[in-house]
Amino acid sequence: MNRRLFLERRTYRRNRLQDAARLAPVLGAFLFFGPVFILTSDTGVGGGTSGWLVYFLGVWFGLVILSAALSFAIGRVFPGEDGAWPPGDGPEGG
Amino acid sequence: MLSLDGLVAVCLVYVVALFGIAFLAEKRATEGNARWLNSPFVYTLSLSIYTTAWTFYGAVGSAARSGLEFMTIYLGPTLVFVGWFWLLRKMVRIGRAQRITSIADMISSRYGKSGALAALVTVLAVIGTTPYLALQLQSVTLSFSVFADPGEFAALGTDTTAVWVAGGLALFTIIFGTRSLDVNERHPGLVSAIALEAIVKLAALLAVGIFVVWGVAEGPSDILARIEDSPISEWRSNGARWVGLTVLSAAAILCLPRMFQVLVVENAHEGHLATAAWAFPLYLLLMSLFVLPIAVVGLQVLPDGANPDLYVLTLPLAFDQEVLALLVFLGGFSSATSMVIVAALALSTMLSNHIIVPIWLRVTQGEDPMSGDMRRVALMARRLSIIGVLFLGLIYYRSSGGSVALASIGLIAFLGVAQVLPALLGGIFWRGATRAGALAGIAAGFAIWAWVLLLPNAATSGLMQGLLEQGPFGIGWLRPATPLGIQGADPLLTAMVLSLGVNTFLFMFVSLISFPSPMEWLQGAQFVNVFDHSAPTLGWQGGAAAADDLLIMAQRILGTGRAGRLFQQAAAAQGRAASLPEPNPDFLKMLERELAGSVGAATAHAMVYQITGGATVSVHDLLAVADETAQMMEHSSQLERQSSELTRTAARLREANQKLTELAEQKDTFLSQISHELRTPMTSIRAFSELLMQGEGLDEETRLKFSRIINTESLRLTRLLDDLLDLSVLEHGRVTLNESPTTLQEVLDKAEAATGVLESGGRIRIIRDRASERVDLMTDGDRLAQVFINLISNAQKYCDATTPELRIRVQRQPGRVDLEFADNGSGIPERQQSLIFEKFTRLETARDAQGAGLGLAISREIMQRLGGRLSYVPGQGGAAFRVRLPGRALRAA
Repeated sequence: MNRRLFLERRTYRRNRLQDAARLAPVLGAFLFFGPVFILTSDTGVGGGTSGWLVYFLGVWFGLVILSAALSFAIGRVFPGEDGAWPPGDGPEGG
Repeated sequence: MLSLDGLVAVCLVYVVALFGIAFLAEKRATEGNARWLNSPFVYTLSLSIYTTAWTFYGAVGSAARSGLEFMTIYLGPTLVFVGWFWLLRKMVRIGRAQRITSIADMISSRYGKSGALAALVTVLAVIGTTPYLALQLQSVTLSFSVFADPGEFAALGTDTTAVWVAGGLALFTIIFGTRSLDVNERHPGLVSAIALEAIVKLAALLAVGIFVVWGVAEGPSDILARIEDSPISEWRSNGARWVGLTVLSAAAILCLPRMFQVLVVENAHEGHLATAAWAFPLYLLLMSLFVLPIAVVGLQVLPDGANPDLYVLTLPLAFDQEVLALLVFLGGFSSATSMVIVAALALSTMLSNHIIVPIWLRVTQGEDPMSGDMRRVALMARRLSIIGVLFLGLIYYRSSGGSVALASIGLIAFLGVAQVLPALLGGIFWRGATRAGALAGIAAGFAIWAWVLLLPNAATSGLMQGLLEQGPFGIGWLRPATPLGIQGADPLLTAMVLSLGVNTFLFMFVSLISFPSPMEWLQGAQFVNVFDHSAPTLGWQGGAAAADDLLIMAQRILGTGRAGRLFQQAAAAQGRAASLPEPNPDFLKMLERELAGSVGAATAHAMVYQITGGATVSVHDLLAVADETAQMMEHSSQLERQSSELTRTAARLREANQKLTELAEQKDTFLSQISHELRTPMTSIRAFSELLMQGEGLDEETRLKFSRIINTESLRLTRLLDDLLDLSVLEHGRVTLNESPTTLQEVLDKAEAATGVLESGGRIRIIRDRASERVDLMTDGDRLAQVFINLISNAQKYCDATTPELRIRVQRQPGRVDLEFADNGSGIPERQQSLIFEKFTRLETARDAQGAGLGLAISREIMQRLGGRLSYVPGQGGAAFRVRLPGRALRAA
């Protein structure tokens, strides 16, 4: 593939990665808040607590994984640049 | 059953272990050898002070009462940390760039380092935290009481326990929190002890959870089934409360003084945040993983009257798991102590920096504030503040007494400190936020919160009770229980919407209508645009790393060779020949000087200090950089000016050169013309004189004719030479003008007479208007006459009309007189009009070669000398010349 790039691919990826990091809490809020409105509505019935427990714990864990992946990715594409840190295990390596 | 003495002994051993860890960490840190302390996981664990004893014990109680709602307290912080890139990163960067020491410092720094704002936030923090401290003391005492036999416990006394615990915590905090006035306000010993406690409490809760799920129940599916069977399964979420509590806890983790302390102030490296972004939510997830199972099993197994808040502790005891219970006790103890320690530290920093020291400075006005004494005062202020804060907590605990009132204090405290949130977020993201807005918002929100939530909770008796029940002065809608007359609403949510709503509105409205001070505006830029102004800061033991970076920077600026030599010399001078030099002040100063030679002093200073992280770029530095840039721009504009000047000069020189070349050409032409003019008469003179000399047979008449020709030609030669001489004199300005009074009429008469127009009966008729010629002149009449003669004789010679006429018209203009000499001939062809004033120009129509072609050139020169002008007037039918006499030649009549 010898397509011409109109944007510098790495910069573009890096910026989208930042977008993803900023949007992650929005996704989290949606997943956390969405169900309770369903449960609160007039037709909603109580019960199913165990199911919801599994749901919330699952979303929670998913967010942890997502956050870890984003942090790792951001740490890799920012080699000591704006707002970042030396990749690897931090300053004690210096 | 474990005896109380045994429990106390275990506690003491545990506390001694904590002290030991803290001492070790401090020692390692001062040796610059504490690598593990600088790990992102220690940072993450230190954040766990968010989960206090209130959540350690209370989460299970909350789950037993209201199902999944306990999760909201953890979900808010989870969202905040997952979104670290947006907010926390900025807060940490600002905290490091501005060397922020507390949340009050952060707010006050943003709003122009306002002392009033700092004091307000400090008071708010103290009021919001004191009940919380009481809650921790209560939980420790309560957990003691679970172990104690009623008799023993009564002998010991709950108050005594609380006093002992408070005293011990004060001691620990003072020892590890106020060892020195550390520049970066970090406390490695304290942080490491807290990290250890974080592990203990997580381990305790997980152990109980595993015991409950696999020990009591038969695995996860059995637990899920038990949940369905229990009353908890009837849980129906209240959407508003769910969202409200999540938002509240998210706000609290940003605003709680103790959280700010570990999150921002104790942050050793910005990169640690990236790890905490997932590790801290994971920690919270693990902390809440078994909460619901424990609650369910507790509800099933334990008697109805048992306090759900203590299920974590009573459940293992009910199954005779004493070791497990002991671990839980230590976990709860850890939760309480770590929270109290950090909260006391954070509050003492705020109290000392924003209240005690400013007051001290005001009281001791006149004494030298720069003396070393100030350090001692600040440290003492901090130590006293720690004792004071813990004492306040103790008093609150003892006066409130009942556990019921305290249980709900956690969320109330959250809302109290959350009043800082609008000013905090606004300060970070909104340039237009002002000090007045922040003050108004926080004060109003604080007042509403205190009135609607805190006072009813804290009030116990008497007057206060009446006030609360009837409202002040009997005004019902001001009653805290029913604010604005709202009945039967969730008090927490009501207070939250009211206080934060009014707070945010006032903050924005007052910000919009007020005007910031210069300091505020400057600080606002530093906060909002922090990523534009500051480089990521390096670690706090970045000695070697800084030297590396300095070398790289120096190589870029000075070149590899010179930078290498410079660093080698410096290293040798420091006695470290084999390695990089230590970036001590002397070396930095030297390096700065070297760099300044290349990039200017201010820039060099800024660059060196950005790398060493010793200081952020101050406003002073920035101004200096700006000055320097201005100077450089000035310099370059000077260069530009000089270069354009040179260009202009070169152009002028080229012009002059061209003129000289032209003049040389003119001279050549002139010489060839003149030799030609001279040769013609000379040739005829020579020829006729030779004939006269040789010719014997010439008759007298021929001889006479020849002689006459010779005579005429010599006269012509003389005339030519006279003319040339005249022109040369005129052109070189060496003419002397004999100015004398005369009139135009006289000069014209003289000229007319000289041309012989009158005597000969006139080949040409001159038409004059004598009346208009009565102009008094003060000029050289002879020279002027010469011009007129030339013009008249030219008309005589060249006018080709059958009855030639020359009309002389005089026009008086203000400040000058114009004379027009116009004949009725065919005039001068257009293409020759520009040539007639040149030397040796004779028109093609000329009938004879009498003149040398110098007449008009001479006339023009004369007129210029006289200050006037001679020009040809085209388009008059015949040839027309205009003589303009200047104002200075006119004599007042």
